[in-house]
Amino acid sequence: MDVLMLSRLQFAVATMFHFIFVPLTLGLAVLVAIMETLYVRSGDEEYKRMAKFWGKIFLINFAVGVVTGITLEFQFGTNWGVYSKYVGDFFGSLLAIVATTSFFLESTFIAIWFFGWKKLSPKVHALCIWLVAIASTGSAYWILVANSWMQHPVGYVIRGGRAEMVDFWAVISQPFAILTFLHNVFAGYIVAAFFVMGVSAYHLLRKSNVSFFSKSFRLGLIFAVVFTIGEVIVGDFHGKYMAAAQPTKLAAVESVWETGRGVPFSMLVIPDEENERNLVEAIQIPKFMSWLVYGDWNAEIKGLKAWPKEERPPVTLVFWSFRLMVGLGFLFVLLALIGMVRWNKLESSPLYLRVMMYSIPLPYIASELGWIVTEVGRQPWIVNGVMKTSQAVSPIAFSQVATSLVAFIVLYSLLGLAAFVIIIKFARKGPEAAAA
Amino acid sequence: MLETIWFYIWGLLWAIYFMLDGFDLGLATLRPFLARNDTENRIIYNSMGPFWDGNEVWLITAGGVTFAAFPTTYAVMFSTLYTPLLMLLFGLIIRAVSFEFRGKGDSQAWRKLWDTCQFIGSFGPALLLGVAFANIFQGIPFDDKGVFHGTLLTLLNPYGLVGGALFVVMFAVHGAIWLAIKSEGDLHARAASFAAKLWVALLVIAVIFLIHTWFATPLYKNYLASPVLFLIPLATVAALLVTRLFIGQAQWWKAWFASSATIMGATMFGVAGLYPNLLPSSLNPAFSLTAFNSSSTHLTLTIMLVVALIFVPIVIAYQAWGYYIFREKLNEESLYSDEAY
Repeated sequence: MDVLMLSRLQFAVATMFHFIFVPLTLGLAVLVAIMETLYVRSGDEEYKRMAKFWGKIFLINFAVGVVTGITLEFQFGTNWGVYSKYVGDFFGSLLAIVATTSFFLESTFIAIWFFGWKKLSPKVHALCIWLVAIASTGSAYWILVANSWMQHPVGYVIRGGRAEMVDFWAVISQPFAILTFLHNVFAGYIVAAFFVMGVSAYHLLRKSNVSFFSKSFRLGLIFAVVFTIGEVIVGDFHGKYMAAAQPTKLAAVESVWETGRGVPFSMLVIPDEENERNLVEAIQIPKFMSWLVYGDWNAEIKGLKAWPKEERPPVTLVFWSFRLMVGLGFLFVLLALIGMVRWNKLESSPLYLRVMMYSIPLPYIASELGWIVTEVGRQPWIVNGVMKTSQAVSPIAFSQVATSLVAFIVLYSLLGLAAFVIIIKFARKGPEAAAA
Repeated sequence: MLETIWFYIWGLLWAIYFMLDGFDLGLATLRPFLARNDTENRIIYNSMGPFWDGNEVWLITAGGVTFAAFPTTYAVMFSTLYTPLLMLLFGLIIRAVSFEFRGKGDSQAWRKLWDTCQFIGSFGPALLLGVAFANIFQGIPFDDKGVFHGTLLTLLNPYGLVGGALFVVMFAVHGAIWLAIKSEGDLHARAASFAAKLWVALLVIAVIFLIHTWFATPLYKNYLASPVLFLIPLATVAALLVTRLFIGQAQWWKAWFASSATIMGATMFGVAGLYPNLLPSSLNPAFSLTAFNSSSTHLTLTIMLVVALIFVPIVIAYQAWGYYIFREKLNEESLYSDEAY
């Protein structure tokens, strides 16, 4: 253990904890905005109660997301000072832009929305939550542009010992960034859809507030169908771009060791990192991997052995994270489609409702796994092909990082526990009674 | 030129942050001494309710702008101040969740827990920000590689502590005035009397700080070189005196604006004295990071300037609208609302 390893662990803890709260924020903002729009257009008070109920949960989740986000910004300076110096010209400006254009908008309007039910006209009030939804989506865009630049740096030159920006437009419009953005936003919508369906299922199973939660469930279900299918398509495009931009990551994701043409796809693979091979490769579809990645049955795929050992990411973790994420992704499509088929008899499908209730954590897990693939798969680079993670760390003392890491773990565990308990409590309690 | 513009924008963003979050941090520091029962506690929480989150974004922006415009300063500042910055962060985290969590449990112990978190998470950051900025004013012991040669105790030197005390008391006055605006009856009377009493303490500390600055920092060099700059501390002292005048007249909004001007002025007093340094090294002035030797490229500074010139006024406009919407006084009745903390 050294400062580098501790800093990496600390960053992993901070990021993964932050990303428990981000996806629900992204998705639930839009769902609440739709609920309130339905209320404004139909005058149906039930939609208003829906917006209030889900909005309350949104706010608890949002608060933890915001404060844990500050940690991430700070950490680039505290722990990754050399990196910050090297890429500040890009990375810093993207963070400053996201704060000025999006963070202010979210944080200001969520408060106006939450406290302003009696102070604003219904239309202006609904506009506020739409602004929150737009701002949180916008913040995702800028942050992911910054992250995509680390995966696939463009629009820069190395000058005076640092990366300097030469083409801002290239940075913010590169397809890699757009695909990463869509992939993440859809993931957020899936998390929110499954969250809303799962909580609604809990109440439907208990026959409490049936009309309220039937509507909520169906709204979540529509979202789930659209975005689980959308995610499969976006994920496929994203994977193809990743293959071109980060061939090492691709090789690790699929655990391909030898370079070859017409590479088969194995349903069952067990990587054996130590011996640079796979222990098991079974149930093969010939040439399918070449086709999956390049759309060409005979395309060449570079194996991990094409790179020296110290330039490869950890294979086992990346491989399993990816497989599990993709498996979950298809499971979500299936669960959503079953829901569609049972659209008219959802309330009398206790087994399906129970499954959906217990499925709430799954999209969260898939999101975290996706980030493990993205970040661990980029190693040993912090900026792909430009700067190694080992060169990026601040000149700080071991004791400082060790202390802060322990503090983070303790504080975040308690915080996570408190947020979890409160969100469960409010989700179980259900909405306020309708006004007489 | 661009570097100089960004230097002052950088200072201004910190000043706005201190002015806005200052009243939240200050009021939450005073809350245990102001509130006599749970209703009063809740009124204080709710008086900050719709604002604290938006206020805190100014910190994220000030940090982000340091990163964007002066990456080297950002890297060295944040790694040399590692421990105090993480303490600040932990403080702000427990403060933020104390708002959301306190009212959502049923037991007395639960509320007590978050009350404590809010106090620590407000008093702590106010103190740390003051200590950090005072240390920046006098220089921090880091070498040409950006390695910090000191400990947390190095930062807790007399001048650093005076800076910390200044921030705590300045924010407390600001917060007491805010509560005077937002409350009625006994609580209002208590807030008013706190504001008047703390103002005296602020005056004393401000005078000590201004004198100590002469001996502990090179800030006055810029002022002696261009005496027109003395308008900044003069205006700040004037704002401080005017604050007292309005407190005496019970004109609370005006007092709050005067107190805001005091905080902005105090920050800009330091910033103007610091120029062109962003982070002076106390080991060797040659290691100091300035607006010129630590800045981003002109392309980045230009893009950022366009973004700032468009969006910062918009942000100020809608935040002002938010303050306008929630301008009314709170009382026991306001707490019946479903949304109240």
